[in-house]
Amino acid sequence: MSEWTMVAALNEALIDATAADESVVVFGEDVGRLGGVFRVTDGIQARFGPKRCFDTPLAESGIVGLAVGLALRGFRPVPEIQFDAFTYPAFEQIVSHLAKYRSRTQGRVDLPVTLRVPSFGGVGAPEHHSESPETYLAHTAGLKVVIPSTPADAYALLRESIELDDPVVFLEPKSRYWQAMPRDVPTGSIGRAVVRRPGRDVTIVSYGPTVATALSAADVASELGWDIEVIDLCSLVPLDMDSVVASVERTGRCVVVHEAPRTLGPGAEIAALVQERAFLRLRSPVLRATGFDTPYPPARTEGRWLPDVERVLGCVEQAVAY
Amino acid sequence: MTQTIVTEPDLFRIIGPDGFRVSNGDVDVRLSDDDMVALYEQMVVTRVLDQEFVNLQRQGQLGLYPSCRGQEAAQVGSAFALSPEDWVFPQYRELGVFLGRGVDPLGIGLLWRGTVHGGLGLLERRCAPVCVPIATHSLHAVGMALGAVLDGGRDVSVAYIGDGATSEGDAHEALNLAAVFGAPCIFFVQNNHWAISVPVSEQTRSASIAAKASAYGMAGIRCDGNDVLACYMATRRAVEAARAGGGPTLIEAVTYRIAGHTTSDDPRRYRSDAEVERWRALDPLSRYQAFLRQEALWSEDVEVRCRGRASALAEGLRQGVTGAPEPDPSRIFDAVFRWPTPALREQAAQLAAEMGRETS
Repeated sequence: MSEWTMVAALNEALIDATAADESVVVFGEDVGRLGGVFRVTDGIQARFGPKRCFDTPLAESGIVGLAVGLALRGFRPVPEIQFDAFTYPAFEQIVSHLAKYRSRTQGRVDLPVTLRVPSFGGVGAPEHHSESPETYLAHTAGLKVVIPSTPADAYALLRESIELDDPVVFLEPKSRYWQAMPRDVPTGSIGRAVVRRPGRDVTIVSYGPTVATALSAADVASELGWDIEVIDLCSLVPLDMDSVVASVERTGRCVVVHEAPRTLGPGAEIAALVQERAFLRLRSPVLRATGFDTPYPPARTEGRWLPDVERVLGCVEQAVAY
Repeated sequence: MTQTIVTEPDLFRIIGPDGFRVSNGDVDVRLSDDDMVALYEQMVVTRVLDQEFVNLQRQGQLGLYPSCRGQEAAQVGSAFALSPEDWVFPQYRELGVFLGRGVDPLGIGLLWRGTVHGGLGLLERRCAPVCVPIATHSLHAVGMALGAVLDGGRDVSVAYIGDGATSEGDAHEALNLAAVFGAPCIFFVQNNHWAISVPVSEQTRSASIAAKASAYGMAGIRCDGNDVLACYMATRRAVEAARAGGGPTLIEAVTYRIAGHTTSDDPRRYRSDAEVERWRALDPLSRYQAFLRQEALWSEDVEVRCRGRASALAEGLRQGVTGAPEPDPSRIFDAVFRWPTPALREQAAQLAAEMGRETS
């Protein structure tokens, strides 16, 4: 079976989307001539020309604001913000305009913008290059928040995002960019979670970079005699709670894993919904293996900050022993 | 500071404060007599409707209203230079622009009444929703104009911003991006001297707002914002340049906000009555009326006709606003996404159940 990396899958998705629809425009900092600092947009400008893929000056708010104006005109913009923390200068454009333009025009315009953002930690990056912005975004009405965990999902979810008429913030796990994985495998879709590994004892719910962590933890757990089910959400908005609840109703235990800081993070919402909908089926409290409520630490300590196999297994053990 | 409008030599002006054509004002405005009168009529309508909005707010029919009194020439003149295919990205004080685009005054009334958000007529009138976060919409104008570069469109986009907005980061990004992309975008800055309580002298150390244009590598012009023909001509030249591929222009229209920031503001806390009176003497309507008299284009009949149309529109606005049905709360879920998410469907059902309990 042939393999590809997430960078290659994303690049192919962008090329295919640009070829398929002439309203697609790709732009951002260094995405044209250079092909992006991660090479995700490599070759697009050379192939489709500078009107379909172009560099912008350094202006994150401007990049998102341009996308709004282009979308109002009928374009299907696919801008890139170079790194997670650089979404913050664009926060107002994302929250006050990208997310709200549909409702502020009483539903008369579509905002088919896919904002790609290389995100999350674990790559030894300097400050402001390893953040998890998904909670801010998922809490904003009007944004879809999509996070792939594998190359095949990255391709499928990015194509689907670009075709959607709603704004999508597409968070790409940098730490999963370069692992070669199978091409022809089943994929999730926006609002439909995927069971990455079936199991009977504990449900681990995750997305993006920590799905791989959860799967590794499940492998170790199986040696310890615990059968773990791993669910990959694929998107936080919409959130496929039906799949999560169906799983927890079988296992009776739930652990949520994400890099984002714990307090009021996605795990809090998932735990609330699990206890609302499966209270009498729970055999232990819903637990969370997450990053800490601190600024993202320097690279040489990130290994102790990020939820690793050990932290996930700690939660599994606690849930089983409850 | 505020006296500079009368003496400043490089202020583009066609009609002086006394209503006479200025000596260096040998500009051919190429407007028919009917258009010259139409400009006046539009200014009268704007003034009268603006007052009606203020009255409706005072009577509790509107939550808030930002008056454009004193800025009619800047708004009416600039909007008059645009074609229906051009796009307008307003702030919120641009009643004269909204009317110039053919936006229904009732829609504006429902906005300030709290019946709808945004509104106006983005697609029908090419007028974007009002934008309260200052200067943020200027980037949308640049995006729209960049689209014209990409798809070969002949339309021009206009961002209406104010003197305070020029201090915002988004205004800088918009000006720079427009210049870099050569986008057919006009930044029409109404320098009305006050950003709520902060005077323009504390907003920038730049010699003028128009002077900033040269740093961005675009054309800049400072015009008398109370001279409707100067505002019209400055905008028309910018539009012609943009359509011809000449890129963006920054227009600073020097005018004055006669009323408070909004109906909630008390401007006496930060500026003197004497200053306001100096600017009342430079009133754009009486100046243009005096000019039309010189040109033998004004008559009592013209005045009666303009006032009559304005009164009829004001009456229609009053009836529409006071009789407006309350919005249906269940509609708030409709336009969050193209199709509601499971969470939104669940919450819509919850609200429906709550409303059902109240009515039963």
